[in-house]
Amino acid sequence: MSIPIKDDEIDIVIGALHSDLTTFMNAWRPIFSRFHLIIVKDPDLKEELRIPEGFNLDVYKKPDIDHLVGTSTSIIFSGYSCRYFGYLVSRKKHIVSVDDDCLPAKDNKGFLVDAVAQHITNLTTPATPFFFNTLYDPFTEGADFVRGYPFSLRSGVTCALSCGLWHNLADYDAPTQALKPEERNSRYVDAVLTVPARTLMPISGINVAFNRDAVGPALLPCLRLAGEGKFRWETMEDIWSGMCVKVICDHLGLGVKTGLPYVWRNDRGDAIASLRKEWEGVKMMEDVVPFFQSLRLPPEATTAEDCVVEVANAVKEKLGAKDPMFARTAKALLDWVKLWKSVGVSSYSPGA
Amino acid sequence: MATVSPTPLLKDELDIVIPTIRNLDFLEMWRPFFQPYHLIIVQDGDPSKTIKVPEGFDYELYNRNDINRVLGPKASCISFKDSACRCFGYMVSKKKYIYTIDDDCFVAKDPSGKDINALEQHIKNLLCPSTPFFFNTLYDPYRDGADFVRGYPFSLREGVPTAVSHGLWLNIPDYDAPTQLVKPLERNTRYVDAIMTIPKGTLFPMCGMNLAFNRELIGPAMYFGLMGDGQPIGRYDDMWAGWCTKVICDHLGLGVKTGLPYIWHSKASNPFVNLKKEYKGIYWQEELIPFFQSVTLPKDCTTVQKCYIEISKQVKAKLGKVDDYFNKLADAMVTWIDAWDELNPSPSGIKSAELPNGATK
Repeated sequence: MSIPIKDDEIDIVIGALHSDLTTFMNAWRPIFSRFHLIIVKDPDLKEELRIPEGFNLDVYKKPDIDHLVGTSTSIIFSGYSCRYFGYLVSRKKHIVSVDDDCLPAKDNKGFLVDAVAQHITNLTTPATPFFFNTLYDPFTEGADFVRGYPFSLRSGVTCALSCGLWHNLADYDAPTQALKPEERNSRYVDAVLTVPARTLMPISGINVAFNRDAVGPALLPCLRLAGEGKFRWETMEDIWSGMCVKVICDHLGLGVKTGLPYVWRNDRGDAIASLRKEWEGVKMMEDVVPFFQSLRLPPEATTAEDCVVEVANAVKEKLGAKDPMFARTAKALLDWVKLWKSVGVSSYSPGA
Repeated sequence: MATVSPTPLLKDELDIVIPTIRNLDFLEMWRPFFQPYHLIIVQDGDPSKTIKVPEGFDYELYNRNDINRVLGPKASCISFKDSACRCFGYMVSKKKYIYTIDDDCFVAKDPSGKDINALEQHIKNLLCPSTPFFFNTLYDPYRDGADFVRGYPFSLREGVPTAVSHGLWLNIPDYDAPTQLVKPLERNTRYVDAIMTIPKGTLFPMCGMNLAFNRELIGPAMYFGLMGDGQPIGRYDDMWAGWCTKVICDHLGLGVKTGLPYIWHSKASNPFVNLKKEYKGIYWQEELIPFFQSVTLPKDCTTVQKCYIEISKQVKAKLGKVDDYFNKLADAMVTWIDAWDELNPSPSGIKSAELPNGATK
């Protein structure tokens, strides 16, 4: 049922917000070592990166980013958004991306979860966005479509995005984590499911994989909070990007899955301290969600690039007046498409 | 960490509706969990047969003669020789909540080996809100150890009332006949530890084997259609109810949950028999799904009954041409609502979900 995929069709992209990646890389070594890795160093990070030997990788730092996109543009790749530079320069069909404070998780039998294998399985088996299957992923071993599931919908559509989950530190916002400082996610939900068409959700950037050929340009570093920081609960860049990707996937008839795999997310940061910065992102969602829920893209938009342009126009028209941040975002979306077309698709050899 | 308050028993507010044609031996295994509750047993098939109910259960039992007596000519809307007859039990119940279970469903065990109190979990599901407008990636945010994730709008975190709790099954999965024929030995052994709200605008196949609902919020939508004897179709009763229910819940701003609890489904029905029953349904559902996906209900449909009657009109108008069965079904839907209202007169004339804060499309 799944499309066979070769290791050399996959890039693992890591945004390095920490300079010492030794523990991280060694923990992932059994899973990552087969693949080519792209490590992008946060341009704001001053210390030298420490990366252990034995990996097939390319590392990009501020000078590389400046050189490729220009110093005025390279600003969009600061902080957690540095990973998008990796998505931009990759030439592989599939990308798997995890935050550098995440380690492999264990499943409910105590075995180490091969997050890359699970993401690739998710991306290479069909998604079923048009009707909900109550046994979740019908293509997984031991499951199938249930009685009442229309036969015409059983071949499914291409899955373009796979959203994984997190054990230990869940991806809560600062107010939620601050209210429950001891809460850690230990529940292993043994399911992958397709997010239904026209259903939106917060897509976290902590543990994702995607089909770069199908939706590459739709993962985008275009929304930056005024107070954006170096902790996930001080950002909304991935949530914004995720809303764009989901709407675009729905429009293009592509699927988005959520659930397995889990990664283990290290404790980090102080939710209460981050509360000060959080409200901007929290308030923003009140406008962003209704906007995306009502967004309809025209049928002439048949590629991810076209769709991003349409989203940009709609953002400018409907959200631009609410907050200058959205007006900037609209422009950033258009700039991103131009950048993708010039850098993202040309025959660029990394490390030059 | 705050202590979790125990789930209320609701023993005077919940009826358990069980359709049966054979016997009720399975109740012995459920006794620790079901004994406090009133049972409504709907006996299908030959009314002269006596169904033995195990000692110690408080119940009322209706056979076909009783159904005819209670409903008179309106009894025509209740299926014969099909478990769809169970919806008669929903109609005669006087309780706020219904739990319905098949007589080949037993207590399952969770991964730790503990017996699962399915009814308790359904009650939890029904008593706590649903979140149909935005998907939470950590599933049920109100559950112990979970919450809303970053990016989930705060204005949507109160949720909406839950109308339906759809449970699942370990062991024999609820497959259609073709799938059963291809995979006769497949067993569902995966325990997925999640409850989730089915998003607004998304349809699903609702299985009636392990199902609970708030009768006051959605009861009249739970008509299980015309199936079995004298009908061209079977095994689509719960599906039909589920599609109508979901469309109405979406319109009225009510939630539908699926996932836990699991029961243990012990009996695999004969796939060849099933195929004969389902055959027409397999073709018809290709028309039915687009139909339900495109149903819109006018704003003035503010009660479940009004929504249901409106759907019956659209069934007649749009599905009547697929097969004359749908004309009969549309009529039966109206009969059902008439019978429901007759047996459940409401003091103010307005029943069930009139939601105050305009949760419309």
